[in-house]
This record gives sequence, C-alpha cells and structure tokens, in this order.
Amino acid sequence: MDLAGKRVIIVGERDGVPGPAIEACVRSAGAEPVMVQTQCFV
Amino acid sequence: MSHPVVRDIRFFLAHTPGLVRHGSKPTREIHSNHSVWQDIQGSLRSFDEAAAYAPHQVLLGNMKPDGLNTAAAPWYENMLAEYSTSGPHGELVNEDQFHGLLKAADEFDLVLLEEGYAARVAAELRSHPRVTDEEIERIQGVPYSRIEERLTSREGAIPLLTRDGETIGLVQTDYVDDASLAPDILLENLAVKATATMALRSVLAESGTDPAGLQYVIGSGEEAIGDRYNRGGGNLAKTVAEAAACVNSTGSDVKAFCCAPVHAMVVGGSLVQSGVFPEVAVVGGCSLAKLGMKFRGHLAKEIPVMEDVLAGFAVLMGPDDGTSPVLRLDSVGRHTVGAGSVQQAIVEALVADPLDRLGLKFGDVAKYATEMHNPEITDTAGSGNVPRTNYRLIAALAAQRGEIEKGSESRDRFVEQHGMPGFSPTQGHVASAMPFMAHALDDLRAGDYQYSMFLAKGSLFLGRMTHMSDGESFILESNSGAG
Repeated sequence: MDLAGKRVIIVGERDGVPGPAIEACVRSAGAEPVMVQTQCFV
Repeated sequence: MSHPVVRDIRFFLAHTPGLVRHGSKPTREIHSNHSVWQDIQGSLRSFDEAAAYAPHQVLLGNMKPDGLNTAAAPWYENMLAEYSTSGPHGELVNEDQFHGLLKAADEFDLVLLEEGYAARVAAELRSHPRVTDEEIERIQGVPYSRIEERLTSREGAIPLLTRDGETIGLVQTDYVDDASLAPDILLENLAVKATATMALRSVLAESGTDPAGLQYVIGSGEEAIGDRYNRGGGNLAKTVAEAAACVNSTGSDVKAFCCAPVHAMVVGGSLVQSGVFPEVAVVGGCSLAKLGMKFRGHLAKEIPVMEDVLAGFAVLMGPDDGTSPVLRLDSVGRHTVGAGSVQQAIVEALVADPLDRLGLKFGDVAKYATEMHNPEITDTAGSGNVPRTNYRLIAALAAQRGEIEKGSESRDRFVEQHGMPGFSPTQGHVASAMPFMAHALDDLRAGDYQYSMFLAKGSLFLGRMTHMSDGESFILESNSGAG
C-alpha cells in the first residue's frame, strides 16, 4: 500500500501496537496522520 | 530495616446481573434504544451459573489457574459439577446480598430499597460473619410507592433492578446540579466502597489480624470520588479503613489506571521497609463502569453476557515475619517517561531490567502475573487474549536474549510453563496481576518455587492528557527465614 500523500486516522491498542508507534511508521511512509489515538479494550 | 512481606490477600466477588444495565456501554446503548436491555437481559447468567464458572472458582482459590488448561471449554458451557461460593481466597455473593451491602455502605440515604426486599436481604445477610449488626440495622426499606414516586416525580434518581427486571429500589442524589454526585456516579462509588470493605474485612479476619493494628490503607481503584469542585479527589482508602474498623489507620489513594495496584504495592512496601507505617493494606474496589462492556460481541455470538461480576481485593503487608513471601523492592520495574510506548520497550523495562538487576534469567521466574483478563470474555468480543499476548512478548524477549530457543514451539512451551490462562473478570485494575497473588502466596509458602513476577500496564492515554502508557512490576520471593 502506498501511503505517500495520504491522510491517515490511527487507532492503536494498548496491548498491541500503540498509536504513536503507528504514527511513526506512517510518517516515515510519507503519510499525514490527522488523528492519533490509543484505546484499551479491556 | 525490615524487608516488606505480603501476608495475605482476599477477593470479594458479587454477581450483579441487574446492575449490568448501569455499566457504561449498556447505559449508553439502552439510552438510545430501550429494547437493548431485553436483549442483554435474555443473556444474563443465573447466580449458580456464575458460581459454577471455572474462572471464578480459580479466583476464589478452589482451583489452580493451570487447571483451566485442562478444563472443558468453553467454560461458560461447561459448568463445574462441584463448586462453592467461597474458597480460601475469597467469596462470591448474589445480587440481592450485594444490594443489601450497598445499603449497608450508605451513610447518606443515597440508596432506597423496597421494604419487603430490604427485610429479606437483611435476613439473608444477618448470618454473614463480615456484616456488622449496625449495618443490618441500616438495611431498612421504604414502601414501594415512595420509590415509584421518587423515580417519576423529579430527576436525580436511577432505579435498582434485579436480573428478573423487578424494581427493588433506587439510588438518588440530593445535588441534582452536580455531575460529580449524579446517582450513577454515587452507585459506582458505593459499589467500590462495598467490595473493597468486604475484601479488607475478610483478609483481616481470616489472617487473624486485629483491625486496630493496621496503620495505613492505600486505595488503588479507578473510581473518582468527590464533588464538582474536587472530582476524583478520592481517599476511598480511609473510607474503607473506617468501614473495616481500622481505627488506628489513615490512608490515601494511588491513581495510575489499571496498574495502580502494582504502584500501590510498591508504595506500601516502601512504607513498611522505611518503618513509617509498618502495617499496611492495599485495597481495590470494583469497576462498575465495565459491566457489560463487551455485551455487543457476546450477543452477536449468542453467548452469555459474562461481564456480570464485580470484584474487589485487599492485601496485607508488613515487616518480615520469616515466613511470608518477600516483596523485593530492589526488583521494581518501571516504565519511565523516556521509555517510549512500544511494547518491546515496555516489556524490557518491566521484565528484563528487574531480572538483570537481580542477576536472574527469564526462566528463573516460575510464574509471571500480567493482566489476567479472562480470554473467554475478551476474545469472543474481538478484544484478543490479553494474557497470552503479554506472555508471548515476554517469551519473545527471552528468545531475543538467547535464553530460550527461537520459534513458536519454544515460545509456546515458555508461555505454558511460566504463564497461565486468564481467569479474572474484566474489572480494570483488579485484573492487573493481582488475581494471581493469592495463588503465588500459597505456592511460595509451600516452596513450590522461589520467584513470581507481577507486572501491569496502565492506559494513561485514555484521559486525553498524554499519549503515554504506564507500567510497573515487582518480584515476590519465597521467604528464606533469614530475616
């Protein structure tokens, strides 16, 4: 998937991959995170 | 200076299917569509079904956690033929008894019970060894007409219903314009007080500890007690100390989301070791907001709505007595501000660093206690198997360090040996490592192994003030008797 130039909504998970970690990945792929959240599902 | 030891712990469980409607998720969904309650109600368990549920028997101490590995699954379909509502680690009460305990905990006429129901519940609780005569006297009811009138004539009251849908009382506020004292908040806080109080009374009585000898109580729950000017101001700890007749105790609350109990244990151990407060209790009441949190997933799969149980706990700590397991304050694992939120960094901070400090290998810790959420509740609703995920991360770190072989076979062997199936109700902070402590104390005292690690994570980001996570850990060691 080519993320360059795309806007991204990020929902991370506490016991999985948290939002800031996903944010770092999508930024490195040239995308623009417009919302970053981490949720806890327990 | 004396090393702190953990003397005992007890759990208090209440099966409260009628209160599921007051969980955060059901409340919101019922508000937008009243028929949702009928759907939930049709999938609520009976008290016997909740009591015969294998994970609850593990929490009560009638079954070992590893026993779940061989218990017929799904556990909700394979009730145990032999079960008890009490065990060496705690007790389970039914919803009628719990409604009585809510009234017993109420000093401000916040709870009204219908008079016939109140009389029946008071009679049922009269023989309970941990309910005082004064509290039984407090469980007085009012005519049903008064309950009906209060619920319909003005705002500021919510009904209390049984699983069968019978309105048996209400919770009311006398400050209708204070959102921090809204009836649903007051219900939540009374439930916290009742569960934590019963757990503390149990651990004191069953360990033969004089309540007057306790000096400090630390609350570690996620409740937010206070009025509009001090929302979350708290000190549930001292409230519970009073209710448990700990007349020489003071206390305070430690707030750290789900990992607050682990923080509280470390703070408590430090108070013991410093000699400032040698006799300490750590308590955690229930999390009523989480009742029915994943009901949508359960209904979709046509399985019982299993988030129908409230849980609280109480731990006693003190100076080295030569026999009780030692809380190794030099083992405390900390997730610092600079550690980052990537899972590997968290596990390194909470597991690898403490092991390095003590010169231990991953395999030296016989059992790791992490978030012990029952996977049957979470996995069936798409929230994953939380303990297994955490155990696999610990195994992966052990493999990365060359302490176990790489590959899924070795990983699964490590998880089976050093982990365990989750067995805790999804009660937030209560589920974080603490459910295993009673079993660990038994095992460490029996000499089954030398080390057990307790680690928990907290979701600070939920408060919208930071993106950070949190976490803390400690190791319990069997007592060598050397002092």
